[in-house]
Amino acid sequence: MYFDLALDLFPLLAAALAAVCCGLLGNFLLLRKQSMMGDAISHSVLPGLVIAFLIASTRSPLVMLAGATIAGVVTVVLVEFVKRFGKVEPGAAMGVVFSILFALGVLLIEKAAVRHVDLDAECVLHGQLETLVWYSAPATISGLWSVETLDAIPRQIITLTIILILAIGFVSLLFKELRLASFDPALATTLGFNSTLLHYLLMIFVAAATVASFEAVGSILVIAMLICPGATARLLTDRLRTQIVLSVLIALFTAVGGYFSATIIPGWFGRDTVNAAGSITVFSGLVLSLTIIISPSHGILSRMIRRIRLSSRVALDDLLATMYRAQEQAQAEMSASDISDAILRSKPQPLLNRAVKRALIQRHRGMYSLTEKGQRAARSIVRRHRLWEHYLVDQAGLAPDHVHETAERLEHLPPVPPAGPQTDPQGKVIPDDPQVP
Amino acid sequence: MSPVAAHSNSKQSGLSEYPEHSAESPLSIHAMTVAYHKKPVLWDVDYDAPANKLIAIVGPNGAGKSTFIKSCLGLIPKASGLVEFWGQPYRKVRSRIGYVPQRESVDWDFPVSALDVVCMGRYRRIGWCRPVTRKHKVAALDCLELVGMRDFANRQISQLSGGQQQRVFLARALAQQAELYFMDEPFAGVDAATERAIIQVLRELKNSGKTVIVVHHDLQSVPEYFDEVILLNMRVVASGPVGEVFTETNLHKTYGGRLTLLSEAAEAIARTESGV
Amino acid sequence: MPLRIPILFHANMQHSIQEVTDEWPRMSEIIETITFRAGYNTGMVIGGTALLGLAAGIIGVFALLRKRSLMTDALSHATLPGITLAFLFAGTFGLESKSLPVLLVGASVTGVLGVICVQLILHHTRLREDAAIGIVLSVFFGAGIVGLSYIQANAPGDSGGLNHFIYGQAATMRVGDVVLMGSIALVAIMATLLFMKEFAIVCFNDAFARVDGWPVGLVDLFMMALVVLVTVAGLQAVGLILVVSMLIIPPVAARFWTDRLSVLVLISGIIGATSGYLGATVSALFPRKPAGAVIVLTAGCIFVLSMFLAPKRGVFAHAIRRVSVRVKVAGDHLLEHVYESRQSTLTSDDFANFARMQGWSPLFQLLIRFALRRENMLGSKTRSEIRVTEAGLERGARVSRNHALWEQYLVSHADIAPSHVDWSVDMVEHVLSDELIHELETALRNQGVDFPPSLEGVG
Repeated sequence: MYFDLALDLFPLLAAALAAVCCGLLGNFLLLRKQSMMGDAISHSVLPGLVIAFLIASTRSPLVMLAGATIAGVVTVVLVEFVKRFGKVEPGAAMGVVFSILFALGVLLIEKAAVRHVDLDAECVLHGQLETLVWYSAPATISGLWSVETLDAIPRQIITLTIILILAIGFVSLLFKELRLASFDPALATTLGFNSTLLHYLLMIFVAAATVASFEAVGSILVIAMLICPGATARLLTDRLRTQIVLSVLIALFTAVGGYFSATIIPGWFGRDTVNAAGSITVFSGLVLSLTIIISPSHGILSRMIRRIRLSSRVALDDLLATMYRAQEQAQAEMSASDISDAILRSKPQPLLNRAVKRALIQRHRGMYSLTEKGQRAARSIVRRHRLWEHYLVDQAGLAPDHVHETAERLEHLPPVPPAGPQTDPQGKVIPDDPQVP
Repeated sequence: MSPVAAHSNSKQSGLSEYPEHSAESPLSIHAMTVAYHKKPVLWDVDYDAPANKLIAIVGPNGAGKSTFIKSCLGLIPKASGLVEFWGQPYRKVRSRIGYVPQRESVDWDFPVSALDVVCMGRYRRIGWCRPVTRKHKVAALDCLELVGMRDFANRQISQLSGGQQQRVFLARALAQQAELYFMDEPFAGVDAATERAIIQVLRELKNSGKTVIVVHHDLQSVPEYFDEVILLNMRVVASGPVGEVFTETNLHKTYGGRLTLLSEAAEAIARTESGV
Repeated sequence: MPLRIPILFHANMQHSIQEVTDEWPRMSEIIETITFRAGYNTGMVIGGTALLGLAAGIIGVFALLRKRSLMTDALSHATLPGITLAFLFAGTFGLESKSLPVLLVGASVTGVLGVICVQLILHHTRLREDAAIGIVLSVFFGAGIVGLSYIQANAPGDSGGLNHFIYGQAATMRVGDVVLMGSIALVAIMATLLFMKEFAIVCFNDAFARVDGWPVGLVDLFMMALVVLVTVAGLQAVGLILVVSMLIIPPVAARFWTDRLSVLVLISGIIGATSGYLGATVSALFPRKPAGAVIVLTAGCIFVLSMFLAPKRGVFAHAIRRVSVRVKVAGDHLLEHVYESRQSTLTSDDFANFARMQGWSPLFQLLIRFALRRENMLGSKTRSEIRVTEAGLERGARVSRNHALWEQYLVSHADIAPSHVDWSVDMVEHVLSDELIHELETALRNQGVDFPPSLEGVG
């Protein structure tokens, strides 16, 4: 009941194809920090389309594509021109070029409308997915496998499929070159790949994908799909190949998820469906936001968790080191308040409990002392601390009375200064490495 | 608060508790550690600047020289430590401190003339929303005169050579009428004439009782131009009068030795601070 | 069920039912509109839009100088969900749902939210500014489209006006709305003019400004607030897609004309105002033309003209300067050649040979001869020879001497192998100042280096 072959198959297919196509190409825009170029091109293909239509008086996809391609190239050229002569930053140059071209397109649409052909500028933005209705759809899925299906496939989907296949070919064949040219165009050129040519080729593909997606899903979705899947994937991995594969999957997921959200969620409130393209865009934004928070490698949550863990380990280390030092001063046992004073924590209890649980310290009649395990751990930390103090005074020439604090900062992480010195700058003994028997 | 930050919770009641720092010193730094993009680049700096001297900060690239100045001025936050000027915190004595940033830190295609830039040094005195009056323009012209750029007052700054731009920056700092000046590589990439002009100005500043701290890149000219020097390489290697401190041993320690271990540790800290 | 959404390329929809002709208004109508006499409404709209253009041009200068132009794009797209939410909110609470102030407040809220989101993305992830702006732009706008479609489906009658926020509807604005827009614009103009030097110092060198005691963060925030104000004010007139261009195009165009900040602000404002005025006028005369597009195209034309025609910074000016430098250099070479051949005339053959060796095109040769004759370095030309004047010979001698000086200097001072000397000298000899030449001479003489003696009356 949520999926009606007649109403949903083609729109869903169109959205998915557009999303995947744009998501794929968008990875490279992201890499080259040219995501806004995608925005610019998707705005400035409009006059290309309209002019092509006005000249050729036909809506044939080839003509549209030609118009879009030319518009895409013209955009890139103009942006470079304005950047150079206007001496403005790339963002401003893009803004100038695409808004002028877009305004031109909007005006031309009005003009074309005079010729009794109604063009609508708003559709450019949010597409017309909903109109890809398949009136004579079969009743069940099994009915799909027939020649009528092929006949009924809308033009937009065919165009999209072709462009997608070409784009996949482009990316697979020229993967190494694209990657290199994105990182270091100068090097790429010296190695024999013409980075400028690659740049233009990429933009042409973006323009083609934009145009192919226009009629179905509108330019706003195009921009979102050029950036969001790639950006989301970027937050999940560091490897480009993985990123590309992930971005395609994410694009597919958001297209499907967004499409159904457009029907399902309003349905919960008893309302009509909302615009599918917009819904997909929002969905992809939500997916991205979620990833920003929970991504295992780069997400905010995981970073926080790592920091908290580190923080707690540092606290534990401090506790053990403090107790060891007290032990050196012949104070083998410490009370909770002693400890509280020493490590400057007003409420040491949770920390102490944690240490007890890990068998690092033991509690006996209200006093705490180090266990065997705790001794070893404490010795390791104090050893590192004092080695650092020695290093800082000896090698770095810092003043002996200062190095304690700096060593405190350094003792918790690798690397460790090499073994050798026997005493620290204050004359205290540097414990032996507990690992070494 | 970063987990690996200094655990010293000593109350920051000021440097007065530390006898080695004097309240008359134009700049007193105690145990300052500074991180750049979360990586500690300056460790545990302790320094007292003598008044009325020309002081050079030298060290290899990436040694933290610019960071030193920027953190004193509060442009970069400190990971730990205290900085005071004449015994006071920075915000109380702002008006007595002048600054010449690095030349590259600015887009020189900005639509202003040399005079406009120098006038910016007087904006604080002019105050919010008030226009730049003739009186201030005259004062700015005088500053341009001091650096030999009066004739270029109405020239657009993009039409100036590197040395001329540097002099305009210097004139702007002079317009601030400060007592302590920080200059970040004022001699970098300038022609001989400009270099002479700049050192002339510095000497006059010293003669009128000011203190100038300069990040300098050219070791050759240190003994000739400066009274004091700070040798910096991730930490203060040595500091003091040029005659005493500018020795081969110290220079070797500054430029020759790379504290790789400390660098690695700094990287490790940077990684944990970003939660990687 | 499918929604009623307009279709992009679709022949024969409702409009063709009535004859749509591209009819030109009468001359009298045009004059009336231009001079604000075509009725109170129209006059107000034109005036208000011009004022808006003025404000956008003025504050846009600082957005450009602070390198935040594209942030404005994200801002304007992010206003759409706010508009739809404000509409729904107002409707629920019984306020007049299409009252402009309510909608604009909603627009500002989500617009600012969008900017904050960009900062959050930049701060917490490894994504760069271009990606952050694009994400916020598209996602917020998509949310707005969802909102619009929701409103269309559930309250179809009311929502017609909302669509106009996308492309603008200057000509059909109500007087009350125009007054609001104009007032906001006025506030923005005055604020910018009042704080111009504070904005300038922060845009130019924020580190210095901070050290000097200026609250850079606050000033930045204030600048952004003014941008938000002007953007939101312009939404109704120009539409959110194109309002960003009112903030970008006038300053970029104005930059070609001047190097002084105050003049830049003035010219940018004038360009913005002109575009607003013309766009609104055209929109009033031709109601079907979308006002936003006309305004932007006007600004765009001014921009293109500026880029090419501006003296000093324009494309043509650049090209002319480059050519004249090359002509001067080539002319000097020619005179030097003549001087060294110890003659005062040059046969046409000689000239042709020399020109071919230097690779000069015939047009270039003409230019050289013309330039030299203008400066009286060349005399009259007969069929087979070209006479060089006294002045020309003197110049040739001087160039030759400079050439020799530099050669010596480079060899004896800069350790450049003699084989490289020709290249360096060619670049440099034409920009030697007289003082420098004198310096070189003295230095070389002091070192006892051998070089050609100065000519009488030269150097």
